[in-house]
Amino acid sequence: MSAHTHVEGQLPHEPEKATLEGRNKVLGFWLFLGGETVLFGTLFAAYLSLRDQVLEGPTANHLFDLMLVAIATAILLTSSLTSVFAIQAMHQKNVKSLIGWLIVTVVLGASFLGLEIYEFYHYVHEGHGFTTSAFSSSFYTLVGFHGAHVLFGIVWITLLIIQLSRKGLNVVTAPKVYVAGMYWHFIDVVWVFIFTVVYLMGKVV
Amino acid sequence: MAHAHAVKRYSGFMDWLTTVDHKKIGILYLIAGGFFFLVGGLEAILIRIQLWAPQNDFVGADTYNELITMHGTTMIFLAAMPLLFAFMNAVVPLQIGARDVAFPFVNSLGFWTFFFGGLLLNVSWIVGDVPDAGWTAYAPLAGTTYSNDHGMDYYVLGLQIAGIGTLIGGINFLVTIINMRAPGMTFMRMPLFTWTAFITSALILFAFPALTVGLAALMFDRLFSANFFDPTAGGNAVLWEHIFWIFGHPEVYILILPAFGIISEVISTFSRKRLFGYSSMVFATILIGFLGFMVWAHHMFTTGLGPVANALFSIATMLIAVPTGIKIFNWLFTMWGGSIKFTSANLYAVGFVPTFVMGGVTGVMLASAPADFQYHDTYFVVAHFHYVIVGGLVLGIFAGLHYWWPKMFGRVLNETLGKITFWTFFIGFHLTFFIQHFLGLLGMPRRIWQYLDGIGFNEMNMISTVGALLMGVGTILFLMNVVVTMAKPKNAPADPWEDGRTLEWTIPSPPPEYNFAQTPLVRGYDAYWKEKMEGHKGMTPAEPIGPIHMPSPSILPFFMGVGLFVAGFGFMYAPDWGHIGALKTGHFIGIIGLATTLLCMVLRSMIDDHGFHIEEDEILKDLGGKA
Repeated sequence: MSAHTHVEGQLPHEPEKATLEGRNKVLGFWLFLGGETVLFGTLFAAYLSLRDQVLEGPTANHLFDLMLVAIATAILLTSSLTSVFAIQAMHQKNVKSLIGWLIVTVVLGASFLGLEIYEFYHYVHEGHGFTTSAFSSSFYTLVGFHGAHVLFGIVWITLLIIQLSRKGLNVVTAPKVYVAGMYWHFIDVVWVFIFTVVYLMGKVV
Repeated sequence: MAHAHAVKRYSGFMDWLTTVDHKKIGILYLIAGGFFFLVGGLEAILIRIQLWAPQNDFVGADTYNELITMHGTTMIFLAAMPLLFAFMNAVVPLQIGARDVAFPFVNSLGFWTFFFGGLLLNVSWIVGDVPDAGWTAYAPLAGTTYSNDHGMDYYVLGLQIAGIGTLIGGINFLVTIINMRAPGMTFMRMPLFTWTAFITSALILFAFPALTVGLAALMFDRLFSANFFDPTAGGNAVLWEHIFWIFGHPEVYILILPAFGIISEVISTFSRKRLFGYSSMVFATILIGFLGFMVWAHHMFTTGLGPVANALFSIATMLIAVPTGIKIFNWLFTMWGGSIKFTSANLYAVGFVPTFVMGGVTGVMLASAPADFQYHDTYFVVAHFHYVIVGGLVLGIFAGLHYWWPKMFGRVLNETLGKITFWTFFIGFHLTFFIQHFLGLLGMPRRIWQYLDGIGFNEMNMISTVGALLMGVGTILFLMNVVVTMAKPKNAPADPWEDGRTLEWTIPSPPPEYNFAQTPLVRGYDAYWKEKMEGHKGMTPAEPIGPIHMPSPSILPFFMGVGLFVAGFGFMYAPDWGHIGALKTGHFIGIIGLATTLLCMVLRSMIDDHGFHIEEDEILKDLGGKA
């Protein structure tokens, strides 16, 4: 479209917002994250209303190992930082560094997921299965929804890395990277709330 | 930039499966929504036949439960919402002077996920395990203890899949309206239908994720033995009520706001007057949307939330009457002093106003918590919500159908038949539901299969059934009108009502694929009317004629819908279908279905869509042929 042309071979200043398609994508994704906020809000509400219903199963206080969760939290927060570095590299049109930081982000995300799977495995052996109590069902659903989001993000960013290495950085790939970055931050913010509401508050009571 | 890419432009059936054109998707929504409307209507008539005499046994008690559940679910999710999406697709881009929606591919995906979700839900009739826990699916009735066939699985999965379609449709329209308006089309110059579509989309965005979670939790309870809503395992049945209504109440405003928009357009056009109090209309729409999230617990006055909660939700609910009243008076003042033309569309719009007021008044009665203890779960409630949904929304949809039919199909619906349809449907409607207020006040509970002779319910129920049949006749008359009209030549002019005020009437009926040969320059509210009043024949173009970039058609959305449909089946029947190796056959099929959908997403991401260009000579040919 004529309004968005740029000198051939030279990327505009903010390539993610250079085309109408790009701007639509970024705005649409902000709105989508608004919907996701309601989704997680409802999951939190369900968890908060059911978390004391432990029946015969272990309580949150007995179950949670804050050390493990703190390490997972540190890993995920760091991955948010590396995704910022990736977007900065994109704005400097440094494709190599962009891909590098995205790979670091994916690796950190995968490590987080690995720890979470280990954590769930451990809990099941402690007698805290999905069907044990209303507490366990709502716990696995809330934390599991977040984990599934992390998994989706890992697959997504991996696909973007492949695309970037094949197509390079242009006004089509830039919005995709930017939007994936937004998604990754959102996952991180949700985790901050999970860490506080599920794990820290679970230890307090 | 004007170089054509080799893109396949399908024709015939493949064109409809692959289209990303908002006008065609609008027609798809209309056909699918219309089909489900007929299914839901048939269910309604069966319900009324069962109730037309005391202790009737036309259908069994179980079938009756299935009928009321599927009638409510179908009408809300599969008829009303898609019909509104039909108008939003067909009209909103035209009203803001856009060539398409922001995400044409996502638009198509939204339609196909809705369609396959609806199909999944209705396959339950063929299989014989039909949802039967009411459209609200209250726990623990909807749990496996009391609904142990696959009926409620169809409800949970069908609505989940259809809900995805609605959610992405809502996001699409938000972005379209924010980002794609023509030059000069400021927010406060947007036609009121576009405004209501905008607010409705915002409500969809913030209400549907709550339903997603509710349905997912219910699905986990049913398929994977989770304990969200099972009190014996520590679950909480009232939690479902909260989650359902925190979605469910905004949902009724999602439905009614676009109807308000349609009525505003129709009344203004056929009164040949600017809409009275435009800015207060916009303000009232936003306020209704906002308050719509604050009132969900008025569905739960008798649940036992306590007097403080009940009082707060009572007051919040009554507050909604204020912006709604503003709207009613604005419509009346728009008609005041106008030179009113009673076309079929306008008959529906004018009939809407008093009917909706009646539904609103009973709404305020129900909002009073102490009184609600008397009305709760009686036919008074049934009468109330049918007055707002049928008397409000469905009359609005009929008004819109008659008004925009020429724009969508290039043919004006037969006016005589249209007026006969209106009177049949309108009289039938009041006959059916007015009397139900009194049935309710006399104490007839809703959702009952039979009632006893000699308690004064007989005559009123019979009158109600006669009314329902009359509404059925009205619907058939409308279908006849469609058939008669579609057999005529496609010769509607661009502005068939001659009093068109908004941008959709400046372009041919039906519009070319690219809508506007030149993007129009908007110089005020009622953009086209303003030009007419200044003696201009059309809009001032904002750009020279040039090649227009179009998105490519794609079959991927269709297969993404199919994938989810298959996955739904697999997970639902996993307990029944045995094993393949260590994995249950059903889970295997479910994973294949999900993988299909995900694979389509990957393909969409990896393969760039360059689209194609419609060249200048093709546009000039169109202009020469029609202008």
